[in-house]
Amino acid sequence: MKQAEQSTFEQLLESWRGQKGNVIPLLQKTQELHGFLSREDMEAIARATGRSPAEIYGVATFYAQFRFQPPGKHTLKICHGTACHVNGADSLDTTLQMELGIGAGQTTADGEFSLEKVACLGCCSLAPVVMLDAEVHGRLTGDKLKKVVRKVQE
Amino acid sequence: MSAVTELVVGLGSCGIAAGARQVHDSLVQELAAQGLALPVTSTGCIGACHREPLVEVRTAEGKHFLYGDLDPAKVKQVVSEHLVGGRPVAELLIPEDYPYLARQRKIVLANCGVIDPESIDDYLAVAGYQALRKVLSGLSPEQVIAEVQASGLRGRGGAGFPTGTKWSLARASRPGKRYLVCNADEGDPGAFMDRSLLESDPHAVLEGMAIGAYAIGADEGYMYVRAEYPLAIKRLEIAMRQAVERNLLGKNILGSSFSFEIHLKEGAGAFVCGEETALMGSIEGKRGMPTLRPPFPAERGLWGAPTNINNVETYGNVPYIIRQGGAEYAQIGTARSKGTKVFALAGKIKHGGMIEVPMGITLRDVIFGVGGGIRDDRKFKAVQLGGPSGGCIPESLLDVQVDYDSLTATGAIMGSGGMVVMDESTCMVDVARYFLSFTQAESCGKCTFCRMGTKRMLETLERICGGRGEPTDIPRLEELAVKVRLASLCGLGQTAPNPVLTTLKYFRDEYEEHILHKRCRARQCRALIRYRVLADACTGCLACAKACPTQAAVGERKKAHTILQEKCIQCGLCHQACRFDAIEITTGTEAAALPAAVAAPGGAA
Repeated sequence: MKQAEQSTFEQLLESWRGQKGNVIPLLQKTQELHGFLSREDMEAIARATGRSPAEIYGVATFYAQFRFQPPGKHTLKICHGTACHVNGADSLDTTLQMELGIGAGQTTADGEFSLEKVACLGCCSLAPVVMLDAEVHGRLTGDKLKKVVRKVQE
Repeated sequence: MSAVTELVVGLGSCGIAAGARQVHDSLVQELAAQGLALPVTSTGCIGACHREPLVEVRTAEGKHFLYGDLDPAKVKQVVSEHLVGGRPVAELLIPEDYPYLARQRKIVLANCGVIDPESIDDYLAVAGYQALRKVLSGLSPEQVIAEVQASGLRGRGGAGFPTGTKWSLARASRPGKRYLVCNADEGDPGAFMDRSLLESDPHAVLEGMAIGAYAIGADEGYMYVRAEYPLAIKRLEIAMRQAVERNLLGKNILGSSFSFEIHLKEGAGAFVCGEETALMGSIEGKRGMPTLRPPFPAERGLWGAPTNINNVETYGNVPYIIRQGGAEYAQIGTARSKGTKVFALAGKIKHGGMIEVPMGITLRDVIFGVGGGIRDDRKFKAVQLGGPSGGCIPESLLDVQVDYDSLTATGAIMGSGGMVVMDESTCMVDVARYFLSFTQAESCGKCTFCRMGTKRMLETLERICGGRGEPTDIPRLEELAVKVRLASLCGLGQTAPNPVLTTLKYFRDEYEEHILHKRCRARQCRALIRYRVLADACTGCLACAKACPTQAAVGERKKAHTILQEKCIQCGLCHQACRFDAIEITTGTEAAALPAAVAAPGGAA
């Protein structure tokens, strides 16, 4: 870990010390900072909050948001909400599998893309949708999705 | 033609996804190019999501021109013809009597798509915080509760518990520290009401929370929002800061002795946290697992203190009720369900989006009146209400009224407001499988029947969709459904069987076809369908061959193609790519007549 990042992390732990309900915000901010939660991160959070490492790990693994491996440079979230499901989200899975060679929960070998399956992005009127980093792409077909991915690859 | 004073771009999540930012930018550029100095402002969800991106042109006389389906080229046309030339572009305008908008009744969404959600002055200009002012300048907490009770407001999260009663229970609880929580952990797939409301009118929800806190005697509150809603979180943060600056939240609000501080908590992605006891566990920093009730939160909630939890939309109704009076509110709706309900209308519908309708309207009126009917004029099959906790309602029950009790009688529920319309191309067995795969994955694992029972039910449904169903599967599903319902602690498990039970009740013949005839009439279940090229219609364009991920679609240019069944995985990409309707999907005996294919997993293409 770089020195500057380490001191930001320590400041983060300090700023939440003693506050009630601080575990999940600390996990979230740590993931924001490091991209994922390492064993060392969780042990540090355990020390700062006076809980056991097992308890922190138990909380972190309960929630879908937390990752324990570094993510790819770009994250693709395929929406599998009801509206997207009935409008063909599964065929978008096939398209991405074909285009990137990975399935949900995996990262490409070059570290460029991570693929996640999410329950609902709440843009149901534009179904099916995929979120690339912070941007939602709607009314997709296999072809349109390929274009979205290839644009990033260029 | 009066002078144009303002241009408003709808910048909710849906608008942005449809390209509203590009429209906004090209509008600014185009105005500059034409030398027009008109303000371009933004608003939240205008509601007509199917016509996004949307821009409203406002004039000094208070006239509104709403343009839909915009892109940069059309923006150019609007600027040159309407703003420079003074002639509204009729073909791009959404008419004022557009049934989608005209048939709605807006109370909660009244400001959505009208005000700038990032401006507290906009909210104040539409009677914002007047209800809170009224409360603090002379109503006792008991009077506030009485007003809410008189309104007949029931919980909009789906369960429909009377809000006034909930508040009076929390008020009557033991003295000392209390909390008030807003549940914005909108997890139902197919629902986006809370997101849109928070993105479009965050102050209304904050005002409702402050009034609730005053009524129950809380000085601290939590807003629990899904992390998947970054724009809603950003706008809430802005709104909370503005409200504190104006002394509408914080210490001694408006000079009174009432103080109320709100913390924003981001959920971390667990559907079960929509359940109130799990949600409180999550705020406390634990695994979000439900606990036994009683004690109810009004008795022992957050950190053991009496706590009141309501849904976003419930709080959103409160300012109107206090301003206009409970009796006025109670005029809308039916005998036991008052007011309006917001729905996220989606699926195979012509006009989808966020809508608000009076209680008592029929489902038919919502789907065919407001929503304009089924997309591509196909045949309606079912409407799914209440997400994974709800059920599918068939055509024969479309004249049922939208109210808590009538909907519950069908086997579905009002739910939080997800309304997904399905047509003949939707397989009802697959829909049941889809919802169960969701609840099964989201079960926290605490109760055995929820953890294991849903798993066994899912396996059975996967078998049926996968062409390996047996006649005994149907009674087995029904037996397990009852057990899961009875032996689960919280709403997630208790309602998880609903999608299966309602589809079995209304679409049993589809289950039987899957099991007995290996036929999926919607042609969705991969294991039960085969793709075939219609040689007469095929032009030999190679589009299917290019789209096919497994090289199953093959052929030479300008000659009829074929699909090699042994390579086909039934993904449907060739069917999507074909522009000549030359690829047919067969099922049942027809499919069985084709050569065997590779084993396909259960579920839809």
